[in-house]
Amino acid sequence: MTKAASLTVTDVVAGYGSAPVLNGVSITARPGTITAVLGANGAGKTTLLRTISGFVRTRAGQVSMDDISLTKLAPDHIARSGVAHVPEGQGVITELTVEENLSLGLLLRPRAERAGALDDAYRRFAVLADRRRSLAATLSGGERQILVIARALLSAPRVLLLDEPSLGLAPRIVAQVLDLIRRLRDEAGLTVLLVEQNARGALSIADRGVVLNLGTVVAEADAAALAADVQLRQHYLGF
Amino acid sequence: MQEFVEFTLGGITDGLIYAAIGLSLVLGWRGTRVLNFAQGGMAMFTSYIALIVVDAGGSYWLGFVVALASGLLLGAVVERVVVRPTAGKPPFNNLIVTIGLLILIEGVAGIIYGSKNRSFPAAYSIVGAKVGNFALGPGSSPSAIFTAASVLAVALLLAALFRFTPVGLRMRASAFSGTVAQLMGVRVGRMTTLGWALAGLIGALAGMLVTPQTFLYPNSMDSIFVLGFTAAVIGGLDSPVGAIVGGLLLGVLLNYVTGYVGSNLPELAGLAILVLVLMFRPTGLFTSTATRQV
Repeated sequence: MTKAASLTVTDVVAGYGSAPVLNGVSITARPGTITAVLGANGAGKTTLLRTISGFVRTRAGQVSMDDISLTKLAPDHIARSGVAHVPEGQGVITELTVEENLSLGLLLRPRAERAGALDDAYRRFAVLADRRRSLAATLSGGERQILVIARALLSAPRVLLLDEPSLGLAPRIVAQVLDLIRRLRDEAGLTVLLVEQNARGALSIADRGVVLNLGTVVAEADAAALAADVQLRQHYLGF
Repeated sequence: MQEFVEFTLGGITDGLIYAAIGLSLVLGWRGTRVLNFAQGGMAMFTSYIALIVVDAGGSYWLGFVVALASGLLLGAVVERVVVRPTAGKPPFNNLIVTIGLLILIEGVAGIIYGSKNRSFPAAYSIVGAKVGNFALGPGSSPSAIFTAASVLAVALLLAALFRFTPVGLRMRASAFSGTVAQLMGVRVGRMTTLGWALAGLIGALAGMLVTPQTFLYPNSMDSIFVLGFTAAVIGGLDSPVGAIVGGLLLGVLLNYVTGYVGSNLPELAGLAILVLVLMFRPTGLFTSTATRQV
């Protein structure tokens, strides 16, 4: 198993065009924990993940994984450093089969490990084993979500960034996906940064929570404490 | 019956050359969404390089290898220097850029090599085979068999590369979704360059195969390019298999037109087929609208 890493975002300013979306955001995700990043639409959650994974340029501040600076690195370089980003909207390549999508994750592993890792993935995600030769376009929304998470795990990441993994899924599937994320922490010891609109669900599995509003951190605490803060919930989390 | 066999075999040979050009266009299109209108000009230029090697006393095969290597290099250079700067710009920009490149290459070829037609050696005899008194025509010649074998070998090698190798998977992922490929650690820029390099190689192969029939001059590949483009459009632009099938269909059909209707009509017929495909099946025969990326 790959050793989990800490992820540190320090005073980051980033955005698109001339106006920054993130205004001095600082977040720390400790090794082997789930940190939920919450907030309303436009708070900067997705931009934060895209900045960490290198798709949005950092104008100021630092992003680092353990002692490795990720600031200014290209997205593919960051991925090879051990950061797996599951983007909003799922990120399945629909023209490839399920197995080919999974194999993309395997390419970041040493050749000798690939066959065993793929077998492990099929054991863990039986629904994918049954559909391995099918085009990813034929999968349901929930199956696609499992596929992209499985693909990210096959890259043996040290940090997993999940952007709205429950978006557009039926409630029963949302529960399964959240349970999967919890197990990734508990069984694989993975560091997870979880962006979610479903604040209640995210806080139910997270260790820490961070609330963003208009590109700044307005609250950061243990998940249980955030879930218990009625005023914060009403102002920023909508439940 | 004899004519029909002769036209069919000739059509298959010609069609595989169109398929090679179509295949090179598909490779560039899949990776960058850029149609390389300079592909024919590049093939013409690498054929000149081969001719220089042959004229300097090298063997045909040395010229052949040098031409393919030149195509590989030229494709990579064109992607890095000409095409990549147009990324993210309006689609019209890269269209103009590749047309400009074609004009540049043909102009430079004219300055360096002159504009007169130059004969070009064939790898093997162009005399067709006979079965008893039944002449099969040029489409059965050793040269035609070499043409068919080399294009099919390249197509099979490409299919194997894409289907069974990690680099092929990286190339396909980069073509279908550059963002997701980057998220999986793929160096998308390198894959794009590789795709254009392979396109340059296949274009150079097409140039080597067709030039013995057409002579070599700065515009010698223009009409072949139009037919290769038509083959790619028939196939759907995204589909390597489609380019092969499209090339074969086009080649056979045009040989029938030439043989049964009139020898001056194939270019006109090719353009008519292109217009008909664009009108009634603009996504081609092998690409569904659901998966087509624009």
